Amino acid sequence: MKRREFLKTSALVVAGTAVAASGLINVAGAGEWTGRLTTLQPHEASTLLAMAKRIFPHRGIDDSCYLKVVEVLDANSKSDPAVAKMLTEGIVALDGSGGAKFADRNENDQVAALEAVQTTPFFLKVRGIELESLYSNPAMWKAFGYQGPAYAAGGYIHRGFNDLNWLPDPPESASPKPV
Amino acid sequence: MLRHAVTDDSVVVIIGSGAGGGTLANGLCQKGFKVVLLEAGKHQSPATFRNEEWWAFNQLAWLDKRSTSGTWQIAKDFPNLPAWICKTVGGTTVHWAGASLRIQEHEFKAKTNYSNIAGANLLDWPLTLAELEPYYAKAESMMNVTRTNDIPGLPGNNNFKVMYNGATRVGYKTVHTGRMAINSRPLDGRSACWQLGFCFQGCKSGAKWSTLYTEIPKAEATGRLDLRPESMALQIQHDKNRKVTGVLYADKDGNHQFQKARIVCVAGNSIESPRLLLNSSSSTYPHGLANSSGQVGKNYMRHTTGSVFGIFKEPVHMYRGTVMAGIVGDEAEPNLKRGFAGGFEFETISLGLPFTAAFLKPSAWGRDYTDLLEQYPKMAGMWIVGEDMPQETNAVTLHATEKDAFGLPIPNVHYDDHANDAAMRKYAFKRGAAIYDAVGAVKTVETPPYPSTHNLGTCRQSAKPGDGVCNKWGQTHDIKNLFISDGSQFTTSAAENPTLTIVTLALRQADYIADQSSKKNL
Repeated sequence: MKRREFLKTSALVVAGTAVAASGLINVAGAGEWTGRLTTLQPHEASTLLAMAKRIFPHRGIDDSCYLKVVEVLDANSKSDPAVAKMLTEGIVALDGSGGAKFADRNENDQVAALEAVQTTPFFLKVRGIELESLYSNPAMWKAFGYQGPAYAAGGYIHRGFNDLNWLPDPPESASPKPV
Repeated sequence: MLRHAVTDDSVVVIIGSGAGGGTLANGLCQKGFKVVLLEAGKHQSPATFRNEEWWAFNQLAWLDKRSTSGTWQIAKDFPNLPAWICKTVGGTTVHWAGASLRIQEHEFKAKTNYSNIAGANLLDWPLTLAELEPYYAKAESMMNVTRTNDIPGLPGNNNFKVMYNGATRVGYKTVHTGRMAINSRPLDGRSACWQLGFCFQGCKSGAKWSTLYTEIPKAEATGRLDLRPESMALQIQHDKNRKVTGVLYADKDGNHQFQKARIVCVAGNSIESPRLLLNSSSSTYPHGLANSSGQVGKNYMRHTTGSVFGIFKEPVHMYRGTVMAGIVGDEAEPNLKRGFAGGFEFETISLGLPFTAAFLKPSAWGRDYTDLLEQYPKMAGMWIVGEDMPQETNAVTLHATEKDAFGLPIPNVHYDDHANDAAMRKYAFKRGAAIYDAVGAVKTVETPPYPSTHNLGTCRQSAKPGDGVCNKWGQTHDIKNLFISDGSQFTTSAAENPTLTIVTLALRQADYIADQSSKKNL
């Protein structure tokens, strides 16, 4: 499956229902995506992807935003063996010793498993890296109605910095007109 | 590029190039002094700034490891980042939002006016508003502060419209777009504000005053300033006559250099300044330089802060335009009926999506949190900035075991909220929410403090040498050619954003150093 088709498929899953989204990735397209990773094993990557989607779950967000998070985790694992070890061990603990692996569980069970580890360095590391990567992604900005860098467009002085119209304008003594 | 010889003992060495150090450097160069300005960070410019929150944070912030202790929320949320300040030429004037307020007369006399508050190590400043007024006027003129010197205020953005309507509906009277060191029209060779919305990331339009592209190049133009970026001060040394002789620092290649000096001025912000004095202990000064009072590092203040975000039915787009786009001044007036001493300001604040996610609820995750974040375009924000109580136990100390890249102990920042701080924050959260409720907020969110941008008081001014570290000129009580030139001088924190006062004190200190030098007292 081509990457584009894969993304389309998984985005639809996310948009429809969150249940078992990561399970689908395991069977469809995982090979190509995980093949680009340098350090994380396919199962680790799928688990971290499922985890990323539970930590900051957004409906209607393209899967590529979450895949990017796993790529950053992979890069961190490559550059820092301590991170690699932390992730590997954290994933083993998350999967537990019997029953379904983390990535194959339903949303409620995944959330419960994460709540149990939310103060561990493993969870904090994944959350911290996801926080920075996910919300710095221009695709997320677009989805959220955040316009991002403003300098190239000349700022907002002529682009709606004061276009709010559901409240009266303050008097000029409080808020002078632009020069 | 001008270089003074490291053996030249006629230079003034200033450590830190921010509001205090950068201003002092220009003040002294204009008077004919030769100055070496040591700055730990790199030299950026508006051209190298970027409108991306995490990218800019990594470019500009002081990220050397620090530890925290105490009951403050920061120790839980950001245990290794107690302060959000800069390591770059221009210091935190690159990051600041521009609010330029004078400390009020009664705030200079907190001990006298607040009566005895248990647990607070209050002290009156050794100077008065009247003494500072000419220098405040000079600073406002130099920085082109709006609503002074006939400079019009900035136009309010959407975030301010929400604040203005809400605040006036609940009865506040002093609500406007503030006194800001951001050009509301082209001045001083810099443009008027573009309303970029990236004040914290370094102003790419140059409309916001920063020593980086005002005082420092003006000092360089005199031919007397030797600016040395990527130069980390390690130790101030002294002679047998109890005068400092120069500064040991690590240059950009990590090599140790010793720059001789006739005068040393410390302006490394209220964490690094006391750390440097403590790391400069010697057999003569076993507890650190200028620390006969034992007050170096003590009485650390960070302002009582917090934010309120309101979520509305209609779009706000708070990120468009200046971050600190307006102010409510009414609560800065003294009023003990509220159940606490001191006052506070409400100032608008906005964050981009990346930092909203990071700071709105610092440890949150899961669907409740992301549902909240998805309201981003409909959010308005305000920041609380109020006077916090000095406490001797709130202190910057040297870590017992952890060392930095140069082998020196990292600083630990200990802070417990005083009961007065907690009462103020609780009241301010309630009043802030009332402002947004008055204009139809669907929901309001109480956001805990960010890592401190207003770090104050760790080398405080005092009339008596036993009560503090320096006199009303910033000159240390113990060593006459050693000066404190940043916000660590603050005796108390007052309710106002500190930069204007730091600049004012630096301008005044430059005059004092010139005067004392001409009288052969230095």
